[in-house]
Amino acid sequence: MTTTPLTSTVDLVARFPGFVTADTRPGFTGFIVDKNKLVEAATAIRDEFGYDLLTAVTGVDYFPENKMEVVYHAYKITGGPGLVFKVQVPRTDPVEVPSLIQVYAGADLQEREAWDLLGIKFTGHPDLRRILMWEGFEGHPLRKDWQEPFYEEDFKPFKSRWPDGKIEMAEDKNPYKDNLKFPQNFDPEKWIPEGDALLYGSLAKYTITDEHGLKSDRIVVNMGPQHPSTHGVFRAAIVLEGETVLGLKPVVGYLHRNHDKIGERNTYLQNMPYTDRLDYFNSMSNNFGYAVAVEKLMNIKVAERAEYIRVIMAELSRIQNHLVFVGMLLNDLGAMYTPALYAFEERELILDIFEAAAGSRMMCNYFRFGGVVRDLPEGVLQKIKDLVLERLPAKTDEMERFLSENEVLVSRLQGIKVINAEDAIKFSMTGPVLRAAGVPYDIRRADPYGIYDRFDFDVAVRQHGDLMDNYLIRIDEIRQSLRILEQAIKQIPEGPINSQKPQYQVRVPAGEAYGRIESPKGELAYYLISNGKPNPWRYHVRPASFVNITALEKISLGTKIADFVALLGVLDIVMGELDR
Amino acid sequence: MYGKGILKGLSVTWGRFWATYTEDLAWLVRGKKRYFNQDGVKARAGKDTRGIFTVQYPEEHLTIPEEFRYIPFLVYDETAEEKKEVRCTSCGICAKVCPPQCIWIVRTNDPVTGRPVPVPAEFYIDADICMNCGLCAEYCPFDAIKMDHDFAIASYERNVYNMEKLLKPASYYANIRPLNATREDEARKAKEAAKAAKAEAAS
Repeated sequence: MTTTPLTSTVDLVARFPGFVTADTRPGFTGFIVDKNKLVEAATAIRDEFGYDLLTAVTGVDYFPENKMEVVYHAYKITGGPGLVFKVQVPRTDPVEVPSLIQVYAGADLQEREAWDLLGIKFTGHPDLRRILMWEGFEGHPLRKDWQEPFYEEDFKPFKSRWPDGKIEMAEDKNPYKDNLKFPQNFDPEKWIPEGDALLYGSLAKYTITDEHGLKSDRIVVNMGPQHPSTHGVFRAAIVLEGETVLGLKPVVGYLHRNHDKIGERNTYLQNMPYTDRLDYFNSMSNNFGYAVAVEKLMNIKVAERAEYIRVIMAELSRIQNHLVFVGMLLNDLGAMYTPALYAFEERELILDIFEAAAGSRMMCNYFRFGGVVRDLPEGVLQKIKDLVLERLPAKTDEMERFLSENEVLVSRLQGIKVINAEDAIKFSMTGPVLRAAGVPYDIRRADPYGIYDRFDFDVAVRQHGDLMDNYLIRIDEIRQSLRILEQAIKQIPEGPINSQKPQYQVRVPAGEAYGRIESPKGELAYYLISNGKPNPWRYHVRPASFVNITALEKISLGTKIADFVALLGVLDIVMGELDR
Repeated sequence: MYGKGILKGLSVTWGRFWATYTEDLAWLVRGKKRYFNQDGVKARAGKDTRGIFTVQYPEEHLTIPEEFRYIPFLVYDETAEEKKEVRCTSCGICAKVCPPQCIWIVRTNDPVTGRPVPVPAEFYIDADICMNCGLCAEYCPFDAIKMDHDFAIASYERNVYNMEKLLKPASYYANIRPLNATREDEARKAKEAAKAAKAEAAS
């Protein structure tokens, strides 16, 4: 494991004397900024210090100390370690923090999430509505004093399970229709979805009068939540003028299960299988990110062989993700299922490997702190070699021969702008979309984790930022992943697969850690705060899909509705990760 | 030439279309069965698979790898008198490590002394809540709880498994996971031998 210091040697204290203090709590890094100077400090961090990519915004509820904290993680697009800055406010309603949306546009949805789940009001946010929960929801669920309907205890393991574990099913204890709480004076029967009025209201600003004085009707189309092109239960409320998109708001949360809250009830190890269910296409990558974060916190090394196994698994996962991405993009464009099924063939073969090694095709749960669960069973390495050295390169070529020059595809994709480099950075976009816009930012290179610094590979980058580039960059990345895999297979040493003794409850020292990896969809990061107890105090997932759709409105304005389908397609969202 | 790309692409589909039939022919010439036959399934899931890729479930099955995991079960050893010797000591590690907390164990207490006896009185797994993560099997120090291979368990009822349903013989375990079972048996025997040697040395 490479241990890059989380904070570089920026002296924010000297720049804002009296308003900024260094965070000196043991295990913590970064700076605590005075609330009134936040916007100014953030502007300086962006413009003077050059941290132009704000990756994560999240809140922490320090219930016992009666304060709330908002944590920001900013990085330089040229690479290197990040800068953490925080704001602390008293935990008395309303908890107010100035919004950073004017400085970092990418803070938009993340601030809405922090408002929704933690009740932190971001003053100056133009559209501060709930995002994951619905409007008739009582309270802010990530607050430590909020309890879910099936609440048993604050922390697992629950005492009722052993040694007197007479089974009692949650639904019997807490019957259906009795497990709901509503805000005061709220009658669900009489409720008119005020949220929808708010939602459409936020779209109303796009009312335009024709230049000839003609009033034409604009039409609101709800694409989704049940729509084949939205990759799950994603809904976009779109204002249309003819076929042109004039306004758009993403509506998400249909698959929300409060992963963060579950994670805070769990022990560190218990979270591992839960991470599988985030981006269910890439459970290996999800495991990787979580393992990196916890290992940072525990400050342990990973067994050498396990490092290689991890890279092999993560890159195989990337290959199958990108292949399926190509297939699904073609699905969205109307090439029903032929390319998708070709992609699924290779995916099946890769999943066979996951199944043989981890025991499950999709919910792998393969990583442990300090290594992996088990060594590659007999014959699996040979299978990987066969795929990587023989089959996958040929199949990638075949995919390219099949699609890349197809005139229909090219005319659908070429020249339709997704986003330019400047906006992509502004909106905190990461992953292939950012690289297709011409920014060679890949965490495997920019802020290496695991053993990625040992491999020789190029960061795939394309210059136009149109749909075609977004398609081609996936093929490029498959090729680069194959390069990494070839080296990893050659170099993999024998040896133990875990540096730690197997423990069902790990000891984690107090402190914070931000573990980030380059998942196939962009930056996947886990922000953890430990107070030295067996369960994390704060467990936050920063998923690539969720942050990437912040720019969806920006991307789609002025395009045709038919292109919107493709634009949403290239963002490569997965609702399991987006809604959490 | 406009349309060249489409033709190029169509050649791929064309090749894929015929591959099924050429493969069928090749298998026919070799006098082997390609469908409804384990060899055929294996070939279709191998690295050289061409043409049709699908497996005709339920007539055909993919081979289940040894490490495949599904709802856990409890292992018991069969003694000479055909008594079931449950390996579980009701230590509760599986119940503590279980992420969705779907394991419920009642420990046996000695009726006379009131002290706990290392045998579970009752053992429940709520199979509808179980997420098949395999942590219970991974951290069990007695090789008493293991992950099953039987995945066809759909039912109309709420699936709460009790001891009766959960207990399966060690021979079943050795059958579905031969490599693991041998390795664990050897480790256990070595441990017992070491313990015996230690006891002998002490006495």
